[in-house]
Amino acid sequence: MSNPELRTVVVERHISWPAEKIWRALTQPHLMEEWLMKNDFKPVIGHSFNLRGDWGGVLDCEVLAIEPNKELSYTWNFKHADAAFDLQSVVTFTLTPTRTGTLLRMEQSGFRPDQKQAFGGAKVGWQQFFGKLEEVLARAD
Amino acid sequence: MTPDAHDILFRTLADPTRRALFERLCREGEQTVGALTAQSGVSQPAVSKHLGVLKLAGLVRDRHAGRQTHYSAQPAALGPLTDWTSEMTGFWESRFDDLENLLKRMDQ
Repeated sequence: MSNPELRTVVVERHISWPAEKIWRALTQPHLMEEWLMKNDFKPVIGHSFNLRGDWGGVLDCEVLAIEPNKELSYTWNFKHADAAFDLQSVVTFTLTPTRTGTLLRMEQSGFRPDQKQAFGGAKVGWQQFFGKLEEVLARAD
Repeated sequence: MTPDAHDILFRTLADPTRRALFERLCREGEQTVGALTAQSGVSQPAVSKHLGVLKLAGLVRDRHAGRQTHYSAQPAALGPLTDWTSEMTGFWESRFDDLENLLKRMDQ
């Protein structure tokens, strides 16, 4: 990677459905809402849209690349007054047909290096951390 | 980051008394078992037991000085939970679970 400060998350999953069907779920707003977030997405390069999470957070996104049934890429930015929480990243979905379905790959890159410190050691972060932890635990039941 | 490491951290911090002890060590620095007991509202054996669990999870470190044992917080042990890459990986894994459920319900 050319920029050493970038961080990348890759999640891959083999899904036993054809790429065309997965593509619909990735690009049709009412379907995106069911697995991702509320949105005003349009499959048009340069289109700006928001993803609205249940927790009230709003992500600023812009379509960067779109190749039907193969690749979809958009920015995934979260503005926050505290730089440690500010996030600028790019999400890219890649669909590769297999004999029995499709390999779906999600790559998210662009994390700032200091975000790891957002909670660790920062006094202000503890409340948020433990609040979040409790949410996770409540959901885990 | 293994799921086990996540489990241990979550389980360790799920207990309110343990969490309070850990937060206090983070806030106030190194403390003896006696000092921690005085403000915890539970018995010294109970505090020692909680500290033992925190120590196993790597969240505290102990130091023996004479007859006293001093404990200090090791916030870096929270790294696996606060690291954005593991957090986002968990996020996408769970989104993909929902995506697969949706695909089952969709026609075609």
